[in-house]
Formats: sequence, C-alpha cells, structure tokens
Amino acid sequence: MNIFQDAGKYVLLMKRVLVFPDRWRMFFRQFPKELEKLGLQSLPIVIIISVFIGAIMTIQTKLNTENPLLPAYSTGLVTRDTLLLEFSSTILCLILAGKIGSNIASEIGTMRITEQIDALEIMGVNSANYLILPKIIAFVVMVPFLVIFSMAVGLIGGYFVGVFTNIITTADYLLGIQYAFIPYYVFYSLVKSLVFAFLISSVAAYYGYYANGGALDVGKASTNAVVNSSILILFFNLLITNLMLN
Amino acid sequence: MIIGGFQDSKLSNSQTDMIEVKNIDKSFDGNQVLKNISAVFEDGKTNMIIGASGSGKTVLMKSIIGLHRIDNGRIEYDGRNLPDMRMKEIRILRREVGMLFQGSALFDSLSVLENVMYPLEMFSPVSKEEMEIRARFCLKHVNLEEQSFKLPPSEISGGMQKRVAIARAIALQPKYLFCDEPNSGLDPKTSLIIDRLIHDITVEFNITTIINSHDMNSVMEIGENIIFINKGEKAWEGTKEDIFHADSEELNNFVFASELYKKVKIAHQ
Repeated sequence: MNIFQDAGKYVLLMKRVLVFPDRWRMFFRQFPKELEKLGLQSLPIVIIISVFIGAIMTIQTKLNTENPLLPAYSTGLVTRDTLLLEFSSTILCLILAGKIGSNIASEIGTMRITEQIDALEIMGVNSANYLILPKIIAFVVMVPFLVIFSMAVGLIGGYFVGVFTNIITTADYLLGIQYAFIPYYVFYSLVKSLVFAFLISSVAAYYGYYANGGALDVGKASTNAVVNSSILILFFNLLITNLMLN
Repeated sequence: MIIGGFQDSKLSNSQTDMIEVKNIDKSFDGNQVLKNISAVFEDGKTNMIIGASGSGKTVLMKSIIGLHRIDNGRIEYDGRNLPDMRMKEIRILRREVGMLFQGSALFDSLSVLENVMYPLEMFSPVSKEEMEIRARFCLKHVNLEEQSFKLPPSEISGGMQKRVAIARAIALQPKYLFCDEPNSGLDPKTSLIIDRLIHDITVEFNITTIINSHDMNSVMEIGENIIFINKGEKAWEGTKEDIFHADSEELNNFVFASELYKKVKIAHQ
C-alpha cells in the first residue's frame, strides 16, 4: 500500500515541479549553480572511477581471453563495449545516485525541517518548482556529458594499464576499440543515462521534500532516496535494454 | 514617501484587513486537535494566540495560513474564504502575508540582504536597484547594521536572524503578519526588542498581526487581543488587562503558574 501512496505522492509532486517557473530570472539564477554543483563537481569521482574500471576491465578481459583463437584486439573491443553499454551509463549512474541523490535529498530535507520550504510556500512561491526543477534539468543536461567523459576516460585508463603492463600492444588496443564500432550503442547509453538522471534527481527530491522530523529523518530520507533510485535504475535499465536492444 | 517602489506610510494599507475564523475543526488521524474555534483578528492590533505546548495553537496558526487543510469551518481574509480557494488563489493571497517562523527559516544559501530581497525578486515588478533600496530600508527599520547585510544567516546571532526574518516578512508590505513563537531561544532583553519591533510595525503599517506564544512577558508587553487555547478549544478571549480578572481556571493555571506572575496578579488586584 505504501508503494502506491508513495507513487501517487511522487506523481502529484512532479505535477507541481514540471511547470513553467514563476520567475524565469530566478530559475536562470539557480540553474548555473546546479550545473556546477551536480555536474562539474561530479567530474573528479567520474574520472577516478572510470579510469580504474577501464584499467581493471582491460586486465580482466585479457586474463579471461587468453586463447590463441581470439584475436589480440578483442581485449580493447570488450573493454569498449562494456564501457559503452553498461558501465558508463548504468554503473556510473548508480554511483551518482549515491553522490547526487544523497546531496539533493539532504539539502531539500534540511530546508523542509528548518521551515525554509514553509517560508517559500507562505510567500506564495511554488516551492516544489523553485527548488526541484533547476536540479532535475541541470542534472539531465549534465549527465550525457559525464557519460561521454566516462567512456573516454575509461578507454584511456584501459589503454595505459594495457600498455604499461605489457598485456596488450598500443596497436591492438587501438584496433580493438575501433573494431566493429556500433554508434547506436552510444545513443542507447545516452538515452538510458537521461532516464536515470531524471530518476535520481526527482526521486531524491521527493524524499527530501517530504522529510519530516529532525536530522535523523533527513538521514533516513537520504538513504531512502539512494536505495530507491538505485532499484529504479536497475528496473529501468532492464526495461530500456529490452526495448532498445532486444 | 516612496522607498524602493513601495509607499512607506499607513495610507498604503489603510483598508480593513481583518481575519475571521468561524467554527473550525481539524483532526489528524482521527485525533481532533482543533474543536469548533471561532475568533476575529483585527487589523492594526497584535492578536495573540496563547496556550501550553501541545494545546493546538501552532496547528491553529498553520490552518489559518492554509498550511493545514481544515475539516470544517471558514477562514475569511477580509471576506475571502480560504478553504474555498484554489491553489493559485491561495498563492496570490499569500503574497499579502508575511511570516516570522520559530527558527527564522532564513535561506542558508543567501546573504542577509538577499534573503530580504528574495520576495521582492519573486513578486515585485520594480527594478533590482529599487529592490535593494527597499531591502536595505527594511533591514534598517529592524535596526540591523550595514556590516551584517552581506553575511550569511549562519554568521549572525539568533536575535539578528529574527530581525532579518521580520525584515523579509515586511518587505512586500504584507496585510497580514504571522509570528510563530517569535521569542523562542532568545534572551529576555532581545525578546523584548523583538516584541516591540513587531508591535511597532503592526501599528505603523496597520497590519493584521497574529502571534503564537507561550511567553507571558510577550503577552503582557504587546498582547492586545488574546485568545487562550486549551486542549484544542478556545477557552478564553480578552485583553491583557482582562487576564487579571479572568475566571477561567485553565487560563489562571497557565498564566499565573510562576511565583512572579502570582505576585503580579495579587499586586494588580
């Protein structure tokens, strides 16, 4: 029953969020701040994780494809397709759900328990729209760049570990990451990431917006936001993959 | 005199803007918190809702503002019934309302000056320069020094935060001002300053002010029309002078709980 209640409340909240802002000037003042906070400030973690995953994937792929029948470039090819299809969209978004989701839920939740949201409502401001819309749009705008960046950095990480540990030659790796390249995979990955970005930001905002009580409840809202947006990411990953690749 | 696009005089708000609540009930999960409450809050007066913690006074105030939807009754803002209004109409009405929250509820991400400018930026058609003039006027009106204007709210004292919240509440020249426990967490001297400030603003701008409090010093200092809430019901209504002659047992137990006020009552009689 709670799931249905939550779903209903979420839809009603989105109905208030997804309308034109009362003042575009205020929206555009908030929007660049959110781009910076949700997008640019996520770059370090995206770089670190992508470099290491790209590197690890190259080593593991090489170890598991030690077969003379498989061409040498297959390590680069598998690393590329894994990054393109799954890591740089789904896994990266699961990680961002932790960082961005908890950030949004705790920020809005703290505003709720310190009556800042009530203050906005009393002023006659559509608080849901004012607080949540810039975050959703900023994150949806930034995520494709983060995904593309993650793909590139992951491939570079794979290249460096492959070449410096002598498990693959530069020529084989470069051939592998270009061989049988299907641009549709990038499109598929970007579509997924856009959906995930919306889910992460809106679900986190929902839990923050309806937080009540004290600091403990903000923590609980933050945890719920991360857990539930992660579950939704996995569910929508399955759904979109079935629709776009099957 | 025009300040930042706003007229700074009683004339700007000279019509009657009283709030009338009629027979309102409110329950949460079957537990009735407000029972058949009726009251009139007059303009130009500091109307006070007093009562013990958990008596329902905060629920009453939040119901009057529309943050809680009431089960029965009418809440009339100068004849306009709040429960009949659509969300859009409520938002327009709220632009006539200022509120001082218990914890000030200033926006952490904005400076003191930006906090006061915020409602102006949202709803006022005047230029940014005029908004700043207005915001500075409001901050000076509540006796805040220029050097605090650029600071974030976390770097000023609780009393100053309350003053900033008052400045923000009056920035758009509201017709109605709500104050929820304005003295909570403040020392007696600062409390007195805040009380007098609220009273002076109420009289000067002819605002309908409703204050939620259980601070007897405030009641005795600025209470003009006082409503006592006990267990969700209106148990008494009168002025601060009437309190000394009230025959309500619940009110006497609440107001004259301390030895000091017992002595004051004896002296008054």
